[in-house]
Amino acid sequence: MSLRILRPGLLTTIQDRGRRGLQHLGVVPAGAMDPVALALANALVGNRDGEAALEATLIGPEIVFEEDVLVALCGAQFDARVEGTALPLDRPIFLKAGRALALRRAIRGVRAYLAVAGGIAVPPVLGSRSTYLPARFGGLEGRALRKDDVLPLDPNVAGLSSMRYEKLSGRGVVRAGLGTVRWSAPALTLPDREPILVHVIEGRHYTEFDADSKRRFLDAVWQISPDSNRMGYRLAGAALARPQGGEILSEPTCLGTVQVPANGAPIVLMADHQTTGGYPKIAEVAGADVPRLAQLGPGGTLRFARCSLETALELRRALNARLASALRAIAWEHGQ
Amino acid sequence: MPALGGIALHFDPEHPHLPEAPLGVAETLVRDCLGAVPSRAGRGRMLEVPVCYEPEFALDIIEIAEQSGIEPEDIARRHAANEHYVLMVGFSPGQPYLGGLDPKLAVPRRPNPRTRVPAGSVAIANAQTAVYPYEIAGGWSVIGRTPLALFDPARDPPSFFAPGDRVRFVAISRAEYARLK
Repeated sequence: MSLRILRPGLLTTIQDRGRRGLQHLGVVPAGAMDPVALALANALVGNRDGEAALEATLIGPEIVFEEDVLVALCGAQFDARVEGTALPLDRPIFLKAGRALALRRAIRGVRAYLAVAGGIAVPPVLGSRSTYLPARFGGLEGRALRKDDVLPLDPNVAGLSSMRYEKLSGRGVVRAGLGTVRWSAPALTLPDREPILVHVIEGRHYTEFDADSKRRFLDAVWQISPDSNRMGYRLAGAALARPQGGEILSEPTCLGTVQVPANGAPIVLMADHQTTGGYPKIAEVAGADVPRLAQLGPGGTLRFARCSLETALELRRALNARLASALRAIAWEHGQ
Repeated sequence: MPALGGIALHFDPEHPHLPEAPLGVAETLVRDCLGAVPSRAGRGRMLEVPVCYEPEFALDIIEIAEQSGIEPEDIARRHAANEHYVLMVGFSPGQPYLGGLDPKLAVPRRPNPRTRVPAGSVAIANAQTAVYPYEIAGGWSVIGRTPLALFDPARDPPSFFAPGDRVRFVAISRAEYARLK
C-alpha cells in the first residue's frame, strides 16, 4: 500500500487540483502546474479528476511500488524506463510489484504527472493534497520528495489496479513485461516549436505603459529566467517602463497575471502565485495557454500575442472540449 | 478575494449554472455585501507582535535610512511607536497588510523583488507594513523579524491576523527573539 522513492529527481512534489476558496486567508491555490496533463493521467488509471499524483520536473524520480499497480505518465515527454525497458507514455501501464520505474530526463516539456490507481493517499491539508513548498504544508510534510520517502497509496491499490486493468486488457497487450494498451491519450499541452505563442488580454495597467514598452512587450522574444519557479516565471528580453504610474495599492492577482516591477522585467504568475500584489499588471495570460507555458522551463522562449477576452474564452472552451473528448474516450475504454 | 486595490471574484466561466451576465450579478452581490458591512475601525482585537529590529534581521534598514534621512535606530523606534491595524490578509498564507505606518518611513516597493524574503520578516512599503509568515519572494523593504508563527493550517482559525485587528509592534532583543522562536 505504498511506493518508495529510490531517487527523488530535481523537484518532485505531490499535487492535485489545488486549494480553492481560501485566498482571503492568503492561502495560494497551488496544485498541478499543468492540470490538463494531471486530468489525463488520472483518467488513464481510472481515477476521478481530483486525485493527487506526482509532479516531476526536468529530471524525474525513480520509484518502486510495493504491490501491483496501474500507473500512467502524462505531460512532458520523459525518457522513462522500467528496468531498462522504455515506458510508453500517455497510457495505462500495469506494473508488477517490486519493479522500479525510472523517469530520467524530460525530452520535450518539463513537467510530467505520474498517476496511480486510487491516488496518493497523503492527508489533505485545507482541502487539498497539493504541496505548497514556501509554507511547508500539503503533500508529504510540505516538501519536495527525498530518497527513501515512502508514500501511502489506496489501501486496496492492488485490487483496484488489477480490476481496472482487466477491464482495459480485453483490448490490451503485454509489451516487454509491461501490461499496456494499443492506444494512447493525446498530449494536449506539449509546447510547440519555440518561441511558443502565449495569448494575453490587456492587464489593468496596460495603458499606463509607454507606447514603446507596449510594442516591446508584444514584439520581444522572452526567455524564462533561471530564478523562475512554481510561483512565477521571471522573463528576460526587454525592459518595460510605466513612466506616469506611481505606486499602486495591493490588488488581487490571478493565475497568469503578468506583473512588471520597477526594474521593467515581467513576471508571469503560475500555480503557487501570491493571492495579491502591488506591481502593475501589463497583461493576463489566457487560461488555455497557462498549462502549455507551464511545460516550458528555464531558458524556454515565448512571445505574447494580444487577444480579446472573447478570444481567450474561446481558446479555453476549445481546450476544454478537446480534454473532455479525450476523457470520454478514456472512460469508455475503462468501461465507465 | 478582498484586497486594498479591489475585490477579485474567481469563477469558472464554463460552470453550467452560471447566470447570463455573471459579472453584472456579481457586482450587485458585492455592492450589497459591502453596504451591509459595519465599520470595524478601532474595534478589532489588540495584538502585540514582538519584533527584533537588530541589523542581522533588518536587511534593508540602511537603504531606508539613506532614502528617508532617518537613523536606523529611529526607524525601529518610530515603527514600534504607532498603533497599526490589519487592512487585509493576502499574498501568502496569513500575511497581513497593515496601515498606520509613520508617514516619514514611506518608501516605494523595491525595484527588483527579492527571490527569498526570510520567514517572519517585518517589511514596509509606501504607507504600510507587511509581515511575511514564510520564506518567499517579495518586494518590500525588511526592517526586522518576528519569532511568531503567523499561520498554522491545523489551528482554527489558521491565520494569526484577521482584517480589523489592531497591532502594536514590540521591540525585542536578540536573546528574546531566540527564546520565543
